[in-house]
Amino acid sequence: MTHLIEITGLSVRQGGVLALSDVDFHIDRGEIVTVVGPNGSGKSTLMKTIIGALKPVAGRIERAKGLRVGYVPQQLHIDPTLPMTVARFLGLPKRVSRGAIEAALHKAGLHGLAARQMAGLSGGQFQRVLLARALLDDPDLLILDEATQGLDQPGSAAFYRQIEEVRSELGCAVLMVSHELHVVMAASDRVICLNGHVCCHGTPEIVASAPEYRALFGTGTGGALALYRHDHDHSHEGCDHDHAHDHHDHPNEAAE
Amino acid sequence: MNILDNFMTRAALAGLGVALAAAPLGCFVVWRRMAYFGDATAHASILGVALALSFNMSVFAGALAVALVMATTVSVLSGRGFAMDTLLGVMAHSALAFGLVAVSFLKGVRIDLMAYLFGDILAVGRVDLAVIWGGAVLVVALVSWRWSALLTATLNPDLAHASGIDPRREQLVLTLALAVVVAVAIKVVGVLLIAAMLIVPPAAARPFARTPEAMAAISALIGAISVLGGLQGALMFDTPTGPTIVCVAAILFLAVSVGSGLRNMAGQGGEK
Repeated sequence: MTHLIEITGLSVRQGGVLALSDVDFHIDRGEIVTVVGPNGSGKSTLMKTIIGALKPVAGRIERAKGLRVGYVPQQLHIDPTLPMTVARFLGLPKRVSRGAIEAALHKAGLHGLAARQMAGLSGGQFQRVLLARALLDDPDLLILDEATQGLDQPGSAAFYRQIEEVRSELGCAVLMVSHELHVVMAASDRVICLNGHVCCHGTPEIVASAPEYRALFGTGTGGALALYRHDHDHSHEGCDHDHAHDHHDHPNEAAE
Repeated sequence: MNILDNFMTRAALAGLGVALAAAPLGCFVVWRRMAYFGDATAHASILGVALALSFNMSVFAGALAVALVMATTVSVLSGRGFAMDTLLGVMAHSALAFGLVAVSFLKGVRIDLMAYLFGDILAVGRVDLAVIWGGAVLVVALVSWRWSALLTATLNPDLAHASGIDPRREQLVLTLALAVVVAVAIKVVGVLLIAAMLIVPPAAARPFARTPEAMAAISALIGAISVLGGLQGALMFDTPTGPTIVCVAAILFLAVSVGSGLRNMAGQGGEK
């Protein structure tokens, strides 16, 4: 099998409702695939099924041998009664070395946060710590389930640029769910539009112009997509295409 | 001559055993917001006491059995999206009421009900001590073995799944440990105050801790101080021992809260 993950005829029930029916899906090494769809379209259900949190009622999920998955959850609420440093959080459930922690934080664009309390982080920093944790295992596939929920526009744009950087550095595939169509679609190799089943899929341009997609999201997004792609050729917020060194400051900017 | 001949020594050791087991477990009860769950399990165990006495079984076994049934039932139902608050209220207090009624039917056996409701730590015998420490060691071993998995599952069930941990299994581990702690703690603080031994020391430990492990260790320390202080206090003021232990823990909690509140107001700069 050449695919990292291949799903055929998948149906999943959640809360007594058939959330996904007859979904075919695959992702290859190094690819960025984005799943879009309206609320309740089964996007998170698909992610949870892939990580094994939900059992399908029908269909097959084939994973490449020895596949390592890094998972960034939709939202993580840490109860205020639970003290947790960044370093300790990264060492769950497996203890990892100091060096591995620093390296993962660095890849996620963070520095010197290891001793901080999770509760004291800004939204952007918190998401990057989650990303760092997902990167610890040197994954073949990174799964992000609406990882930028709660971040503002520049914050989430910076986060997605970090993801692209991680992908080019580690060569891992990225599978993500997002609401922010214009940002995400510009960064994706393939887009899958989900609404209980796969409505349409293909390159961002193909999906954006597909009638099924327009029926769900209207034509406005197509315009936004064009606008963003145009923007993307220019430099952002004073840092130009030589991203690698400037990005580390973004979480702090996003926090303000 | 044996140090265990002294009832105060036995009481202190029994209390320390319970404090040790309750600390790490109590942290999870606090982190996962299961306070009422602990209460329900404890209250139900009085029914176990009644059943044990009527069938001439060991009180410990009866309480453990009913606590297990209660904890498992609640655990299963909570996964199905019932209105937990109401359900727990119904089950906990019904079980307590049925337990009290059942005890009243027991003729011939003279039971000091107060001993089970509020504990009777001064009457702890050698066998009790062995049971308490056996249970405490079991619980501490169980929780330490599953510690990382339990923490991950507490943070987020999906995160646990992605790391190959089944959060439902971890929940079951906690449930089992809780039932054991309830059963061994009856003699020490009684069914009405077990939840306090679980919750008050971790709550008092929270401001001092920067990691989950530190919080569990400090909880154990605060629990131990409460037990020894409570025993001493009960002796000095001639008060019931179990409640006095809980009073000391509560006073510690109050002092710590006021202290850290003042420090936050004064410091402002320090990270929380």
